[in-house]
Amino acid sequence: MTPRFDYHALAPELILTGTIVVVLVADFFFSDRERFQTSRLATIGVLASLVPVLTLAIDGTTRSLFGGAFVVDNYALALKGFFLLVAYITLLVSVDYIGEGDYYQGEYYFLLLSSVLGMIVMASARDLISIFVALELISVPTYVLAGWRKHDTKSNEAAIKYYLFGVLSSAVMLYGMSLIFGLSGSTLLRDIGEYARGVDIPPLFAVAIFLTLVGFAFKISAVPFHFWAPDTYEGSPTPVTAFLSVASKAGGFVAILSLVFFGFFRTQEAWQPILWALAAGSMTLGNLTALRQTNIVRLLAYSSIAQGGFILAPLAVAAEGNAARSAFEAVVIYLLIYGAMNLGAFAVVIAVARRTRSGEIASYSGLGQTEPVLALLMSAFLFALAGVPPLAGWFAKFVMFRAIFNAGTAAAYTLGVIAAVNSVIAIFYYAGIARRMWFRDPSEAGVEQVPARTPPALAIALGLSAAVVLVIGVYPQLFARIGEGAFPG
Amino acid sequence: MDWFDSWGLTLAVFLPSVGMAIVLFIPSAQELALKMTALLTTLATLAVGIALLARFDFDMRGALQYDVNKSWIDVINSRYHMGIDGIALPLLLLTMVITVMCVIYSWDHFPEPHTPKAFLALILLLETGMNGTFCAQDLILFFIFFELVLLPMFFMIGVWGGPNREYASIKFFLFTLFGSALMLLSFLALFFLSDPQTFDIPRLAAQGGAGLAASTQNLVFVGLFLGFAIKVPMFPFHTWLPDAHTEAPTVGSVLLAAILLKLGSYGFIRIALPILPQAARDWAPWIGLLAVIGIIYGALCCLAQRDMKRLIAFSSVSHMGFIMLGIATLTNFGINAAIFGMVAHGLITGMLFFLAGSVQERYETREISSLGGMLVQVPRLAWILGFCVMASLGLPGLAGFWGEFPSILSAYNPAAGISEITFRVYMVVSAVGTVLAAGYLLYMFQRVAFGTVKAQFQNLHVHDVHWPEWFAWTPLLLLIVALGIYPNFIFRITDPAVSGLAQSVAKVIG
Repeated sequence: MTPRFDYHALAPELILTGTIVVVLVADFFFSDRERFQTSRLATIGVLASLVPVLTLAIDGTTRSLFGGAFVVDNYALALKGFFLLVAYITLLVSVDYIGEGDYYQGEYYFLLLSSVLGMIVMASARDLISIFVALELISVPTYVLAGWRKHDTKSNEAAIKYYLFGVLSSAVMLYGMSLIFGLSGSTLLRDIGEYARGVDIPPLFAVAIFLTLVGFAFKISAVPFHFWAPDTYEGSPTPVTAFLSVASKAGGFVAILSLVFFGFFRTQEAWQPILWALAAGSMTLGNLTALRQTNIVRLLAYSSIAQGGFILAPLAVAAEGNAARSAFEAVVIYLLIYGAMNLGAFAVVIAVARRTRSGEIASYSGLGQTEPVLALLMSAFLFALAGVPPLAGWFAKFVMFRAIFNAGTAAAYTLGVIAAVNSVIAIFYYAGIARRMWFRDPSEAGVEQVPARTPPALAIALGLSAAVVLVIGVYPQLFARIGEGAFPG
Repeated sequence: MDWFDSWGLTLAVFLPSVGMAIVLFIPSAQELALKMTALLTTLATLAVGIALLARFDFDMRGALQYDVNKSWIDVINSRYHMGIDGIALPLLLLTMVITVMCVIYSWDHFPEPHTPKAFLALILLLETGMNGTFCAQDLILFFIFFELVLLPMFFMIGVWGGPNREYASIKFFLFTLFGSALMLLSFLALFFLSDPQTFDIPRLAAQGGAGLAASTQNLVFVGLFLGFAIKVPMFPFHTWLPDAHTEAPTVGSVLLAAILLKLGSYGFIRIALPILPQAARDWAPWIGLLAVIGIIYGALCCLAQRDMKRLIAFSSVSHMGFIMLGIATLTNFGINAAIFGMVAHGLITGMLFFLAGSVQERYETREISSLGGMLVQVPRLAWILGFCVMASLGLPGLAGFWGEFPSILSAYNPAAGISEITFRVYMVVSAVGTVLAAGYLLYMFQRVAFGTVKAQFQNLHVHDVHWPEWFAWTPLLLLIVALGIYPNFIFRITDPAVSGLAQSVAKVIG
């Protein structure tokens, strides 16, 4: 029997794979001055991959391929769309950064797109092996990308740390997965879900879940498995950091979401406490450490650890009461909004660094006077991350709290209180940057300002993120519908 | 004019944001265009407000007017539900009037750094938030507008404020945000506890907390209470207020005192009382206690202040105490008095902050002890100050009286189920507060206005009131007199709505 091969369902992946090959080969034929053309090819490829995502969404039928290991449903499509848009914005913020540096352009886009391919496969992966392959496809190119500035020791450190932690976590995860396979007799999440519904599940299954989740906790840099993140974020080229903190992190969350909802759901005693601890720890430690940062990228690194805690919180109570649906929606909606806010913030960091050549928070002093538009955008993204209405972040926090209330257990309420306290702590450092930009004098910046215009690509990236942050803040229904439609039932 | 019935409120709320968008697109060099846009926007908004008043049905009970109910965020069952009744209308109009006066006052008074564009944009954004809060009839919509005022005020204090502005702005921001985080949790709890589940304020009020255990109600009420009490602010959550007021630029202080504080007390009347009447009854003695402590504590602090603005800030704590005492009685009389008190306090304290700002601008100090003899040097300014001081201490015939006096009286007879003895004690203590108020206000006035001009200001050429000030102040002063002579202007609007509210509360707590 030959497997049914649904070209439509696989079209996004196929187009992206084609683009990857074209980008790599085309790079050989471009002269140095034409190298920037590779970025155009990459952008066209990413946007072209969005087309079948849309047609599939309009078509609306759930397609299951390869014996259920690869499923194209609304959930998968929503996240594929998300990943491709994130990739598009990452390309926009990369173009000038990479073009102006002394770097190999063709390879950069090749690696970036390979990682994106891993993500859109991950959105559909419903099988331990395809999840693992997708995860490695996401991770391996980013190990190289983190070390892109090869003459910079910080970048070397970033890459090696990221690589070592990444490989270690993969090993732990793989061990957990092999135990799951051994117990349940299948790698398909559907079958594992059946198994988890059974009566006598040996304690070893809990161990297996623990190991698997710990592996992913590294990927999403959840406390206490977050140590690599700040160093890697600081050392990597900033566009790569933006990509790591949004796309690659979201890849990990999608994997956890699929594993929990399609696989482990019925054994909540095994996974809820783990996720609870990860969520509470990430929120609290991420926020408290962020308070002390002096470098903007490190601050955003810790803030993204804290945000990761907020995203995990609804998952940690998903199996209580009738919270499953709202928890699932909360994670998806939070990811979508978080992507726009964080990418926007990083885009501003890149634009400001073009002028100041500095990543110190002190260098943002008086930005409101020297670069009012950038300062305004940065304030919008920061206050969005803080969850202040009417910027989009409030809705992300809101759906998180809603899921927690829906669960309604003591553990859930405790987590809710921790989250509420943390959202207030977070204000302090987000508002701290705004304070520097608007309340201080440019003379306190301590850096020489180089006049530099914001290139059009970067401006488009900023505009897109800002538009999402504003529009979704006032009319969240747009994303809420996506979240609602994504729930697999 | 049917379209006005369904679009009037939307217009009132979003016209200022349209104005803000236009302001943002005008180059900052064209100052006149910026000012004119802001002025015309706020005037147009006020015109909408007056039209709302003209078409308002004063006799209608228990129903919202200009009701709009459109789908907004279906996924969480939150709707774009706006509507006003007699409780919201006076505050909405107050907001519109005060905002116009703020724009006029700013005309050539822009605080340092001189950036009219950003300043005016923030005032307009604030107006959207404030108007929206008074019109919202959905908890989530209310939350959004309630929070919308935070950012503009944070920046207004932080950018244009005094020497200690950074500390004051972040303190203001953190305090209020902490309160609203808890408030949001309570809103969610109300949603999940209601049956059928809804965020709609009138529908939640109709349920009146039916079927909820007393302990649950009380817990949810605490969240609401903290959210609103920090905003009011009630003792002991008031510590952000003196700092924020003192550091804020004049217009910021005016808006903060006149409107922003009212968002908290309005929240009690609009949300906490009707939705959880039983919990409100259980907590009423405690709210009353904090209100009375606030009255006395605020007044005593006033006596110790050396800075005019700080003194007025603490007097706000004291005056908001009277308003909260009226609300805590849960009676028709008390709540009517509280709403009147809010409007009166908005006008009078707004004026006092304008005056403090003008004094600061002329003498470059607000130290009460270094001022003196203003009646000699700037007689008109000093007389206006004297007038506002009289209004603020509750002189009969001026607006302040009708907020304070009925509030105290209402404590004599609180709603059924609330200890009469307790509230009668509160009544006596709060009456002492009015004496203290007269004390600190007159003492302040005497020191700055009477006597001789201090040596360092002898040769200073000081302008008396000039035209932007006249334009900004005259309407407020006239309103203070008009409402003092004929308080029924307000009571006629509020009474039907308030008596409806008080009846439904009384029915539940019986």
